Amino acid sequence: MALLELNNVSRHFELRPGVVERVLRGGKTRVIKAVEAINLSVAKDEILGIAGESGCGKSTTCSMVAGLLPPSSGEVLYRDRNVGEMTSSELNDHRRRVQMIFQDPYESLNPRFRVSDIVSEGPRALRLWGEREIEEQVAAMLAGVGLPAGKYWDRYPHELSGGERQRVGIASALVMKPELVVADEPLSMLDVSIRAGILDLLKELSRQRNFACIYVSHDLSILANIADRLLIMYLGQAVEVGSVHDVIKNPKHPYTRALISAVPVPDPRVKRSPPKIVGEISRPVDPPPGCRFASRCPHADQSCSEVFIKLDTNSPLAHQAACHRLEQINSEAT
Amino acid sequence: MPEGFERGLLARITRTVGEHYRIIHANPLSRIGFWVVSVFTIVAIFAPWLAPHEPWAMQYDSEGSIASLRPPSLEFPVGTTHLGYDLFSQLILATRTTLIIGAVSGFISIVIGANIGLVAGYYGGKIDEILMRLTDVLYGMPFLPFIIILIALFGRKLEFVILAIVLIIWRTSARVIRAQTIAIKQRQFITAAKARGCSNLRIIYRHILPNVLPLLLLYAAFNIAWSIITEASASFLGFGDGTTISWGGMLYELWLSGKTRVAWWWFAAPSLCIITLVTSLVFVSRAYEEVANPRLRKR
Repeated sequence: MALLELNNVSRHFELRPGVVERVLRGGKTRVIKAVEAINLSVAKDEILGIAGESGCGKSTTCSMVAGLLPPSSGEVLYRDRNVGEMTSSELNDHRRRVQMIFQDPYESLNPRFRVSDIVSEGPRALRLWGEREIEEQVAAMLAGVGLPAGKYWDRYPHELSGGERQRVGIASALVMKPELVVADEPLSMLDVSIRAGILDLLKELSRQRNFACIYVSHDLSILANIADRLLIMYLGQAVEVGSVHDVIKNPKHPYTRALISAVPVPDPRVKRSPPKIVGEISRPVDPPPGCRFASRCPHADQSCSEVFIKLDTNSPLAHQAACHRLEQINSEAT
Repeated sequence: MPEGFERGLLARITRTVGEHYRIIHANPLSRIGFWVVSVFTIVAIFAPWLAPHEPWAMQYDSEGSIASLRPPSLEFPVGTTHLGYDLFSQLILATRTTLIIGAVSGFISIVIGANIGLVAGYYGGKIDEILMRLTDVLYGMPFLPFIIILIALFGRKLEFVILAIVLIIWRTSARVIRAQTIAIKQRQFITAAKARGCSNLRIIYRHILPNVLPLLLLYAAFNIAWSIITEASASFLGFGDGTTISWGGMLYELWLSGKTRVAWWWFAAPSLCIITLVTSLVFVSRAYEEVANPRLRKR
């Protein structure tokens, strides 16, 4: 049974023009389709990597999974219960089970809170344990992320380095003993030299504490290192899913291929063919109904801007690509 | 209650007090303001023991005649009124009234303003709309007609003077706190608090409030200064509390006596006190202005 399932989940934001704009220039409400009809599933103890360029809807998806943003349509199921229909006490329970690690450790810690208060905040807000137990749990958690409580207990965020701050962020999510952790690019704001340390810490903690994880990144090499399965997104659509090995070694979708061929190879003698895609990523404002990659895809034809096939979550382990012309493309290639 | 918690609370209070002391002492003007306000506060607390005479008792000189309209001298440091009352004693006792009115209405108005600003800014939408239109209505309320009607209806009482001042001055603090709240609620640590399971009230009072605190203290100091000025104007026009003495009230008595052109000391003493206290409060607030807006800090 899947721990988390997203069925046909979309999130749209309306861009409403001001009164003046509407009256004088006839401005219409435009719709940003940040996430469009996504299907995905996460099994227990699994790490699902989500990759894509900025603006592809990764963070919006994270917010919906964590229950911070309701989907416009579709349903987010956690242990077969719809997050959108939860009562407030059920939602509190969901908040404990599904925790989030944020991208920017400089923005996601309250500057007026001490380290101990930041980490205790979740258990205190949800009244998980008594005050003394919270103190013990927090001290143990801080030690678990490599910040000895004796030294860091009374520190304020501005007294910490970026890496230490992100460790505090990780501790404050994991102290709640979540079943699913949503990590939204937790390394991207950190210095390259300390990324490996934080990544190892996350991997080790996920093994010790047995939580499933959605790990979002635009860095395929990190995802290849940490994830079990990989989901590739492009402008709000899920374009390919499969085990990390399959997706990276044998990409099917034209976008995934271009993405993987763009990963640098640390060998100066290797000649790479430049990716064949054209143009730049556009914005998902009032997009056409079909495949959003069609306008940049070297293999696209007329039908592509009308047809989009969704990934199927009923066979979560299969390697699938959301392209209806896969066979033709493959035959062209050979 | 575990012992560790109480120890933590005490340490926290000490730390907070120390932090504010440092903030005020970092700026020389604020330091002066702080000490002047402290002196006024001490005078207010010990007023009945400090005043050499009864405020409304005729004073006689050594020859036995009434000491009427005497300029400042050794015996009467700030002179006397036309009825021979000692102005120095009046000044000291008036400090108490003025500071009580300033502190009470400053405190109440900042509590109302902060809560309305926090709630309006955090929830937004309809709640914000309703609260801010209410603030707009109060912006349209002229102070003097308002207090005249209030006093005419309920009589010249300290409570109603305070009520009138509070109703008029909370509006500015509400607006400013609302703007700051809107800026802070966009920040990611508020989203993080939500993801950790914090309720709306917990986010407002535990996560946002400490971050608007410097601004809040700045406006608290402003509000106290404004209350003092407002009380002085109201008293000068005869709408103060008739049973107590205040600096504005002393000026009102001078006006009634018709000796404005003669008794310069009677006019100068309460005016200087008002100016000194209000200026000192503004100086203190400057320190918080620097914390609330770090760009003002000198490099």
